Amino acid sequence: MRVELRPASFAPLAELAAYQAEVDTRLLGQYGALSMFIGTMRDFNDGHAVQTMNLEHYPGMTEYQLQRIAEAAWRQWPVLDGLLLHRVGALQPGEPIVLVAVWTAQRAAAFSACRFLIEELKAKAPFWKREETGQGAHWVSHNTPA
Amino acid sequence: MTIQVKYFASLRDRLGRDGDELESVSGLTVAGVWAALHPKTPLPPNTLAAVNLEYASLEQAVRAGDEVAFFPPVTGG
Repeated sequence: MRVELRPASFAPLAELAAYQAEVDTRLLGQYGALSMFIGTMRDFNDGHAVQTMNLEHYPGMTEYQLQRIAEAAWRQWPVLDGLLLHRVGALQPGEPIVLVAVWTAQRAAAFSACRFLIEELKAKAPFWKREETGQGAHWVSHNTPA
Repeated sequence: MTIQVKYFASLRDRLGRDGDELESVSGLTVAGVWAALHPKTPLPPNTLAAVNLEYASLEQAVRAGDEVAFFPPVTGG
């Protein structure tokens, strides 16, 4: 399992391919399912345009809480490996925010654990979005529904 | 020994600083830390708290050397 915060833009599919190669050195033949989620910054939110966004975090607590969330997923489902990358800092629309990928033997656990990781992250990991709209900046006060 | 206090995001902007230091006293709680530092400002509704990187209730005890944080609801992902 790898959990990382990324201060600069990243390419989720290239990251996934690189990590897949590592997974294959350990688990080739054991996994039968890979489920993944990529979250990307939109140019609109809650009915207004968004030009740029800044993602703040709590150094130390954010990494720790992400580890805790991953461990909770591992306890609930037979997960073989996982990758979780999350941006911090200044973002432009179209840039990836988060990548979650989960390798399991069968598909049900892969779907469930991937969904659990992103929903738990959104509910518990200390990140805060500040949007620049062109008419001023504001802190996002709540997550949009799933 | 002191308690390190941190503020994040909109709460930090509102307070105009990213942290405080508080002299530890016995029987201190998370709510007590806020009240000691901000006697004229009630804790904003929905504010979350953490002690030593773990989410904490307002009633949780705080001891010398602890790191206490206050922040608004999280909006990552």
